[in-house]
Amino acid sequence: MVHWSAEEKQLISSVWGKVNVEECGAEALARLLIVYPWTQRFFSNFGNLSSPTAIVGNPKVRAHGKKVLTSFGEAVKNLDNIKGTYSKLSELHCEKLHVDPENFRLLGDILVIVLASHFGRDFTPACQCAWQKLVGVVAHALARRYH
Amino acid sequence: MLTAEDKKLVQQVWEKVSGHQEDVGAETLTRMFAAYPQTKTYFPHFDLNPGSDQVRGHGKKVVAALTNAVKNLDNMSQALSELSNLHAYNLRVDPPGFSSQLLAQCLQVVLAVHLGKDYTPETHSAVDKFMSAVAAVLAEKYR
Repeated sequence: MVHWSAEEKQLISSVWGKVNVEECGAEALARLLIVYPWTQRFFSNFGNLSSPTAIVGNPKVRAHGKKVLTSFGEAVKNLDNIKGTYSKLSELHCEKLHVDPENFRLLGDILVIVLASHFGRDFTPACQCAWQKLVGVVAHALARRYH
Repeated sequence: MLTAEDKKLVQQVWEKVSGHQEDVGAETLTRMFAAYPQTKTYFPHFDLNPGSDQVRGHGKKVVAALTNAVKNLDNMSQALSELSNLHAYNLRVDPPGFSSQLLAQCLQVVLAVHLGKDYTPETHSAVDKFMSAVAAVLAEKYR
């Protein structure tokens, strides 16, 4: 089980409390598809992904980004059992979606950058530290059931 | 790797932080040491407390080297040749592919903090590619 200090928990939930899940989720997923274009391989039925502008404006990208970040919220609510929280999703990403777990790490890092751009100076080094830890733990949990 | 558009975006971003270079460098390193404690193992001889003169000084060096790379985007291999030797033979930092990801991540966070919305997806992509290219050049001499 991952150990979270009281400070880490506080930093995570105070940032999360201010996150617009729809906006940040859409932005994070769009950036994943733009910065690491090979990730588009998982979204061939999303329609127009031909340019950054197309990706950012794509309604399926926005919707899916919201879905992904909403699920991330489950980790925030269940910091003491992230493994259990993502057990089924891990199986899904392995067995049905066939996603290389490296992509979870990429998305996690992008989420941190999105938060930094939204919160500016309020996204302190201590905040970043707690969130890098969280995205790492989530990525690990999602990869855990791979076989 | 870097398109003409990427190069333009990297140069633009760099212009926006010129004048704050020392701060950017110090903050990048401070965040890296906080978020990735393993990176501190390369600086046992430093005072790593935030605000430390050594961290500021080193941050300034790192950003100066990156600035040199930005000025020589068409010729990074040559421009960074000395640094490549230094990292490979003297410093022997864990191959840049790995540790630069940590440095690059923190640099991007600092740029995002300072530029907010101006750190657009296109800019983000260009800077990410730039830092990958820098890492590749630094790794050239490792083995």
